[in-house]
Amino acid sequence: MRYIDEFRVPAAARELLREIDALDAHGTFMEVCGTHTMAISRAGLRPLLAPGIDLISGPGCPVCVTADADIDRAIAVARKPGVILTTFGDMMKVPGTEDSLASASASGARVRVVYSPLESLAIAAEEPGSQVVFLGVGFETTAPAVAGTMLEARRQGIDNLRVLSFHKLVPPALRALVGLDDFDVDGFILPGHVSVIIGSDAYAFLPVEFSMPCVVTGFEVTDILQAILRLLKMGASEASLEVEYARAVRPEGNPRALEVMSQVFESCDAQWRGLFTIPGSGLAIREEFAAMDAGTWEVELPEPTRSKGCRCGEILCGRIKPMDCPFFGGRCTPDNPVGPCMVSSEGTCASYYLYSESDGPDERGEGADIGR
Amino acid sequence: MAGDVVTMAHGGGGTRMQDLLRDMIFPALGGQTLDAAEDAAILELPPGTLAFTTDSFVVKPLFFSGGDIGKLAVCGTVNDLAMVGARPLYLTLGLILEEGLPLDDLERVLASVAGAARDASVKVVAGDTKVVERGKADGVYINTAGVGVIPAGVEVSITRVTPGDALLINGYIGDHGIAVLKDRGDFAFDVALDSDCAPLAGLVSDMLGAGRVHALRDPTRGGLAAALKEMSSCSAVSLEVDEPAVPLREEVRAICEVLGLDPLYVANEGKLLAAVAPEDAAAVLEAMKAHLLGRNAAVIGAAGAGKPGRVSLTGEMGSSRLLRMPSGEQLPRIC
Repeated sequence: MRYIDEFRVPAAARELLREIDALDAHGTFMEVCGTHTMAISRAGLRPLLAPGIDLISGPGCPVCVTADADIDRAIAVARKPGVILTTFGDMMKVPGTEDSLASASASGARVRVVYSPLESLAIAAEEPGSQVVFLGVGFETTAPAVAGTMLEARRQGIDNLRVLSFHKLVPPALRALVGLDDFDVDGFILPGHVSVIIGSDAYAFLPVEFSMPCVVTGFEVTDILQAILRLLKMGASEASLEVEYARAVRPEGNPRALEVMSQVFESCDAQWRGLFTIPGSGLAIREEFAAMDAGTWEVELPEPTRSKGCRCGEILCGRIKPMDCPFFGGRCTPDNPVGPCMVSSEGTCASYYLYSESDGPDERGEGADIGR
Repeated sequence: MAGDVVTMAHGGGGTRMQDLLRDMIFPALGGQTLDAAEDAAILELPPGTLAFTTDSFVVKPLFFSGGDIGKLAVCGTVNDLAMVGARPLYLTLGLILEEGLPLDDLERVLASVAGAARDASVKVVAGDTKVVERGKADGVYINTAGVGVIPAGVEVSITRVTPGDALLINGYIGDHGIAVLKDRGDFAFDVALDSDCAPLAGLVSDMLGAGRVHALRDPTRGGLAAALKEMSSCSAVSLEVDEPAVPLREEVRAICEVLGLDPLYVANEGKLLAAVAPEDAAAVLEAMKAHLLGRNAAVIGAAGAGKPGRVSLTGEMGSSRLLRMPSGEQLPRIC
């Protein structure tokens, strides 16, 4: 617990801010991970940075990038007789085409919020007459725990646990992003937790193939400032991959977690909400575990509707900021979300909304009372 | 009665119910006006204005570090009375029991109701018991209603915050929500952390004696954030809070960080937020610190003349942000 505090010292943060100012450099950096977005918002870091330095948020909130069709499928599965759907709480309010899991639950579907996939196993053991379906939403941080739970179910002979795997992989998404014609970012602040699992080597292609400066970064304010400082110093000409979060991340990652993950899952193409289908960016359940795969069940899905006007996709690519969406803070709030970015505790819009300095869309700019 | 459980007959109004009342409920709450067996309690009230409130409790698990549903049901209602400056006097106790509840558990809950009532100097004067089928409730649900009297001259109201008032809190925030969550066993958090569940009327009485307390609010569901927003809207003032000054245990901060919760939104059951005339803030703070339930009290901010309903927080890094009203619940079934 003390470990965290050493990385919270404001004096150290102020020193880093001064160093960044002294460089008199500018750049636009993308923090890929939703946890970083939240940490940056909570600390009120953006207004403290020199005017030439811009932080934009990437597609690193797993709830946000879950496609409408996948949410619809989860709701349809939850409504099947004899099914208990277990999910992380963040997914409950995410709007699908017609409903959310919360509204499905209110109208009779059996949906339970869990904090870990292992809880689903306990529910499966307690409810042998039901099929317990875990809604697998998350990145490489979540997938090994889900895989481990499936292996454990098999070991214990619990045969009523199922999984809907909508897991996503970070490196293929970054490859797709940097390949976009209009992608205009000078460096990546790469996720800490995901990198603990996959290792920093997984991003080696970014500086090599795309001359993209990268820093694998921890979650304290000083970690993030360190990353910005390193990215500014690096510049595109000397693009490389550095690991600021070396206290937790190894080049090769966590081999045991990776092994468990690949035992159960194999990569597949996946649709990212608001973006497009990204090759090799999803995780499908291997043939050997097909009996546990609820993704193949026949369900009736609602007709996909045209875009609701929510600009999530552009926000997730870093093309616009949440405030540029006409719905932000008005029609779309955490109480009444139009898109998932406003729902998840790691969602870009939610973090901008919860920690903003202005009163809302009508009074933007009024509340810029920065105390430095 | 070890091993026995609540049956439907315990709620049937017949002999089993009489047994339950005679053997368990009356003795547990004994010495109080309850055992008069009249259809309604007949009460003497001291002079002053009447304050009257009710609250229901559905916490899961029933027993958690630092309290249980019985203690919570007494403290919750007593604290609501204390927040308007009332001296709590009488409570009612409505029990909804689930068939199959171990009688030992019921006995523990009742003992805890009695203990908390004693600590809060209130009497349980009327009650009701119903039993519902197994699966239709979660062990025990409790409703309490409470009556108190506001002495002449005391004027505490959520609408009375004035620009310049100091904002005080009586200790660490978020302990209750995190303690309950930890005791659900969903996480392997190996920390010693108790709920802060406690009756606050005594502390309030000391504070009222020390200076001009304008407004009080107990930051229960929705946490300190909701209490600040409500105070600011109801009194049509702005509030400025110095976030690093808000007392927060390292354990609570760490667990909130892991779970992605904001401790400002996590429930408390033994905390109060007070708006105090600036000249009296030091004296009231001293009175709070002298009380067992206010040892870690702190001044956390002040009221201003800005936009009504606007609560701004200045963080450790010196930048400020606006506090939002919590959306829905961060954690279900915590009280």
